Amino acid sequence: MLETFGALAEPNRFRIVELLRSGPRPVNDIGDRLRLNQPQVSKHLRVLKEAGLVDVQPRAQQRLYELRAQPLRQLHDWLERYRQLWDARFQEMDRLIEELKQKEKSDARKRRK
Amino acid sequence: MNQTSMDLEGDREIVIARTFNGPARIVFDAWTKPELVKRWWAPRSHQVSVVACDAEVRVGGGYRYVLRLDTGSEFAFSGKYTEVTPHSRLVYTQIFEPTASGANPGDDEVIITVTFEGHDGKTHLVSRSLCPSKEVRDTIIASGMEHGMRETMEQLDELVASLR
Repeated sequence: MLETFGALAEPNRFRIVELLRSGPRPVNDIGDRLRLNQPQVSKHLRVLKEAGLVDVQPRAQQRLYELRAQPLRQLHDWLERYRQLWDARFQEMDRLIEELKQKEKSDARKRRK
Repeated sequence: MNQTSMDLEGDREIVIARTFNGPARIVFDAWTKPELVKRWWAPRSHQVSVVACDAEVRVGGGYRYVLRLDTGSEFAFSGKYTEVTPHSRLVYTQIFEPTASGANPGDDEVIITVTFEGHDGKTHLVSRSLCPSKEVRDTIIASGMEHGMRETMEQLDELVASLR
């Protein structure tokens, strides 16, 4: 999970991942579209590959880089679990806040009597 | 129901936000008073319970929440308040104790800033957790919390949705 995070935290790598959503592409095509030079793209692709986010397929004279969805799904699910923990806490807080509001009202009524 | 948002900002920060249907003084009390914190910190749906909860909500005062998983293992969160503006703003440190054995000097502290903004009987709460370094951030991630990433959850949501 850490590796996935680290790999995506770099803005250009995130852009590469977004670009690869539309399908596998060769290095030079990625560089042209994102206006990055080939050594930069190759460096980023190496990090993404080590993190398991992309795979390489040889095709004819080219090497095509393809997105692997699995680590992204895992990362997303993991972050979502953390958000859900807070969401569950806040739902308990909602109940508590309703109770405290009612209590304030009834205390105020008592004081008026 | 009000939505809980979670965003990762910069390299070291996580931001959680939510609106509550109650005035700021009530939300602030719910967030800080130990007898109230006990009621929501360990949600029923998460197989965990609060076994101890103490807090002295003043500048320099400390707090400690001890939790127990249904499996029996305990862990704790503790820290000190560095800024307390009733019903509006809190700043405190937080140390995660993986075995609830107490905090030690040199433990990594996360700085949490919480703001409560009241309007029309509702309160918008924003909690920002700032980690001191990449190493600490990584440790926090490993223990099931979060980490700085430039992109927001929404972007990641979109990305993942497009892959399904």
